[in-house]
Amino acid sequence: MSMTITEKILAAHAGKSSVCPGELVQVQVDLALANDITAPLAIEVFHQLGANRVFDREKVALVPDHFVPNKDIPSAQQAKIMEEFAYQYDIKHYFRVGEAGIEHVILPEKGLVVPGDLVIGADSHTCTYGAMGAFSAGVGSTDLGAIMVTGQTWLKVPEAIKVVYEGKPGPWIGGKDLILFTIGRLGVQGARYKTLEFTGSAVTDLHMDDRFTMANMAVEAGAKNGIFEPDDQLRSYLAGRTDREGVYWKSDLDAQYDEVVEIDVGEVEPQVACPHSPDNVLPISSMDTVPLNQVFIGSCTNGRMKDLRAAADILKGRKAAKKTRLIVIPGSPAIYKEAMKEGIFEILLDAGAVIGPPSCGPCLGGHLGILAKGEKALSTTNRNFIGRMGHSESEVYLAGPAVAAASAVLGRIGGPEEL
Amino acid sequence: MKLKGSVWKFGDHIDTDLIIPARFLNVSDKDELAKNCFSDLRPDFAMKAKSGGIIVAGENFGCGSSREHAPIAIKAAGIGCVIARSFARIFYRNAFNIGLPILEASMEQDFIEEGDRITVDLASGEIRNEANGKAIKAMPLPPFMRAMLECGGLVPYIKQQARDSK
Repeated sequence: MSMTITEKILAAHAGKSSVCPGELVQVQVDLALANDITAPLAIEVFHQLGANRVFDREKVALVPDHFVPNKDIPSAQQAKIMEEFAYQYDIKHYFRVGEAGIEHVILPEKGLVVPGDLVIGADSHTCTYGAMGAFSAGVGSTDLGAIMVTGQTWLKVPEAIKVVYEGKPGPWIGGKDLILFTIGRLGVQGARYKTLEFTGSAVTDLHMDDRFTMANMAVEAGAKNGIFEPDDQLRSYLAGRTDREGVYWKSDLDAQYDEVVEIDVGEVEPQVACPHSPDNVLPISSMDTVPLNQVFIGSCTNGRMKDLRAAADILKGRKAAKKTRLIVIPGSPAIYKEAMKEGIFEILLDAGAVIGPPSCGPCLGGHLGILAKGEKALSTTNRNFIGRMGHSESEVYLAGPAVAAASAVLGRIGGPEEL
Repeated sequence: MKLKGSVWKFGDHIDTDLIIPARFLNVSDKDELAKNCFSDLRPDFAMKAKSGGIIVAGENFGCGSSREHAPIAIKAAGIGCVIARSFARIFYRNAFNIGLPILEASMEQDFIEEGDRITVDLASGEIRNEANGKAIKAMPLPPFMRAMLECGGLVPYIKQQARDSK
């Protein structure tokens, strides 16, 4: 029977030779993930179930990244619940502040995911690992608590949408522009419950960091998972990070798709998602003048080396506008160090940026850069819902790091070619 | 399992940041979460929902983050059931897991209005609007899902099953 990559991974983890869309399967989980916000509830479930051990201490990852370093007493209490659990049950992949970065940045970096894996996380952006040819999806805390006990969960095999990217991208076009363009095309529920499979010749040339950005935002089209075919570029990325080989599945040529969407990347301009929905997307040339109080570069979507390099290329020798705050947060300690060594920090500091500690930062409006009433921000993050980054009357525009850096200099939303 | 209540009506794509903004996620106590449920969108919700009620919404209810705090806040605020034309997938799982009844129903925009008294039968899927006497059928919930809801969610359901099998 012909299958997609996603179906093959689910079948392999359900102990079956094949699966088809709509089928409910019980699967083995290779890695279970939670963060400082979702872990405390999952741990409560773990205790309520009367468990006295996790299913495998090497297959659970706990990452404090949302409200750390602890922002107030209640969040400190939450982080402590996770930390004490991690030490009590000898969780191998618990990362304390200083080792930790954003969960979806550090797990790939540390080689904890390989192609063919099945990763379940109590965080909606768990779909990021699809960039590594893995099946990965978000769940809530109860599901995650049960997985920590049993190592298993149930899933419905999703139908798939194939998105085919062809052509040569223009200057400054990155993964963020491609995924925003795609979400604009599909709508926020265009892929609800489904798989988004990213294919085509333009994807073969895409840098791993761009693939992470795209898989990361699959959930913003409602998708259960987003996935790329694992290839040699991934093989090189993983070299030196892990001894696990992984399985390099490919979709069968006659695999079934619900829908095929074709995109000529040569026609994609830098994209901006306007308030208050990630599918409210416009090309940069159609944007009105939007003055900005704040620009944020970072997050599980765009907090990686390629993103920082793209921003630094534009900010070199320039300054953020007088009335625009520029916040940059590298996604992990390793990226932090690399950016420092490459001289990116000097460029950022000269441009008037503040550099934050590896964490989710202001993305979800809880910490490190919250917006006041009426303020407007451009952000390289993934959501621009009402009140997402602060006051319910603030506004968030989403874009890639090149547009973010250029906009910081201009003090309003604009592209790099305007500089 | 029949539920009665007056309606809180919402539109399409009600995301989890609207249900419970992230700045309130520094606690996981359900009553604390309930106090801030829909605080940006409808500041009177937490006060008035205490007397019960049913949420009726459009497409893609609960989209966005995986925070289980969202259905927990709605349930603890006093809401007995959420009916929507469709739900985002993580919210859908979370609602059953924590024991918040939800139903998917294809309904006309004006079938139910804010404040209407409605009756919901989870077993048959019938949604009856007492205000205009009209009724529609949603997809009914299978017996095991109703049993899970009656127990209060996945954890008490599993515990009860463990007791029953002894």
